[in-house]
Amino acid sequence: MRGKGVLASPVLWVGLFFAMLLLRMDLLKPVLHRAFPRIEPIIYGRGSFLTLFLSHLGLVAAASLAATFVGVSLAIFVTRSAGRDFRALVNALATIGQTFPPAAVLAIAVPIVGFGPRPTVIALFLYGLLPIIENAIAGLEGVPQGVREAAEGMGLTPWQRLRDVDLPLAAPVILAGIRVSVTIAIGTATVGSTVGALTLGTPIFSGLAANKLPFVLEGAVLVALFAILTDMLFARLERWLAIR
Amino acid sequence: MIEIDQVTKSYGDRRVVDSLSLTVAAGDFCVLLGSSGCGKSTTLRMVNRLIAIDSGSIRVAGEDVTQVPPEMLRRRIGYAIQSIGLFPHWTVEDNIATVPRLLKWPQGQIRDRVTQLLELFRLEPERYRNKYPHQLSGGEQQRVGVARALAGDPELLLMDEPFAAVDPITRDALQAELARIHQATTKTIVFVTHDIEEALRLATQIAIMNEGRIVQLGSPLEILEHPANDFVGDFVGRQGLGLKLLSVRKIGDRVRAGETAEGEPLPLDTSLRDALSAMTARRTDRLPVSDAEGRDVGVIALADLVR
Repeated sequence: MRGKGVLASPVLWVGLFFAMLLLRMDLLKPVLHRAFPRIEPIIYGRGSFLTLFLSHLGLVAAASLAATFVGVSLAIFVTRSAGRDFRALVNALATIGQTFPPAAVLAIAVPIVGFGPRPTVIALFLYGLLPIIENAIAGLEGVPQGVREAAEGMGLTPWQRLRDVDLPLAAPVILAGIRVSVTIAIGTATVGSTVGALTLGTPIFSGLAANKLPFVLEGAVLVALFAILTDMLFARLERWLAIR
Repeated sequence: MIEIDQVTKSYGDRRVVDSLSLTVAAGDFCVLLGSSGCGKSTTLRMVNRLIAIDSGSIRVAGEDVTQVPPEMLRRRIGYAIQSIGLFPHWTVEDNIATVPRLLKWPQGQIRDRVTQLLELFRLEPERYRNKYPHQLSGGEQQRVGVARALAGDPELLLMDEPFAAVDPITRDALQAELARIHQATTKTIVFVTHDIEEALRLATQIAIMNEGRIVQLGSPLEILEHPANDFVGDFVGRQGLGLKLLSVRKIGDRVRAGETAEGEPLPLDTSLRDALSAMTARRTDRLPVSDAEGRDVGVIALADLVR
């Protein structure tokens, strides 16, 4: 991989394409005009795509960081002897969080926290918790019994066992869960535009309301590229972690 | 070194260890021998408190184990297990250095200790130091596992079927190394196994266990010559008893001093069994014997083996 140089990296090309569309969507004007000859304006113009992206990124980052922190902490808790009894409960709650549609969470959250980014972050947080918890539990329980017994038998304290043995060995599986969660959150965050959050879903919903298909297309392509790019970056991180 | 006094452990209604008492003197190599489920591993794991005692007491070097924080106790006791449990994300050096680091030894001393242990186990230090466990063969992994157990220079070493998962040839080599290390370091070792041959080869003292109790305690020779009851007799096996007896006796006190014979000399600590094997292979009834320095001390003859 490294030998082939950066130019052979798909991450670079997808990233460049994404950046180009974010900053210069107008370059696509001729193509879009050919596809949709009667629609004007053809590029979404109420706010730059870059601003929408940064806001979208912020929402996903806030929700995913919180979900990672809470999810991994809960997984650690239920895989220690003290918290073993809570495992079924935690799993059930996380499953409810994911089966509850994000749109419904928004509907409930808006009267409580108001319009804007906050209900979206709450919905994304709840929706993203399950894959993180499930993978973190699987990763921590996947540490070989012999390794755990040796660590305990040699006199590592519970905290040292967690920090030096359990977490490093579970890290690849935990990271895979975070990857799934973040990728889903990027797609789901678009719904936030219906309750006043700025996301790359804003042109989609605006286009749907005004019957302007090009807006929908522009938003959808950017969201998809954002998700793909993030997924690729996580894949790189996983590989880097595996090499170490 | 260890005094186990009336220790009992139950899981539900089942008594896995039943008011067991055992004293292991410093420098002993004590083997807990029995079939699976007899309570031998449980007994071992109560010594370093991986399993809590229900009743009774265990003292290590005169100190009640429940009066010491478990981590402190375990850092003073070496521990090696069948599944080895090397940390896969650490190098050989880091693995061996685990306990010295916990004990906060200075860097240089830890490095020297790792080198010394790798040499003791005949693993070339510069070649093996930076390898990861998955790059080692099963036998090498188990050597590193035992080296790691010895790293903190513990007076006591607990071993739970450490060689059960390696192939017979490697096991043979590892047993020989462990016997050599035991003699060289005079550490106290408590060793759990279900393999009678392994027990006879390594132990200075064998405790045969059944249903949570010790049914007989004695030297390998005593166990073979005077089994306490039918259970022990069956367990050590009447078949091949003669060969087992030969395997626990050394040629040392049967040497005819002053006589000479042709051939490659046997060391003084050769077992009668190995001497018989050597005679059969070399088609002779007399072989020369030499001491540790390689000086000829006399001859061992076929007739002396079976006396």
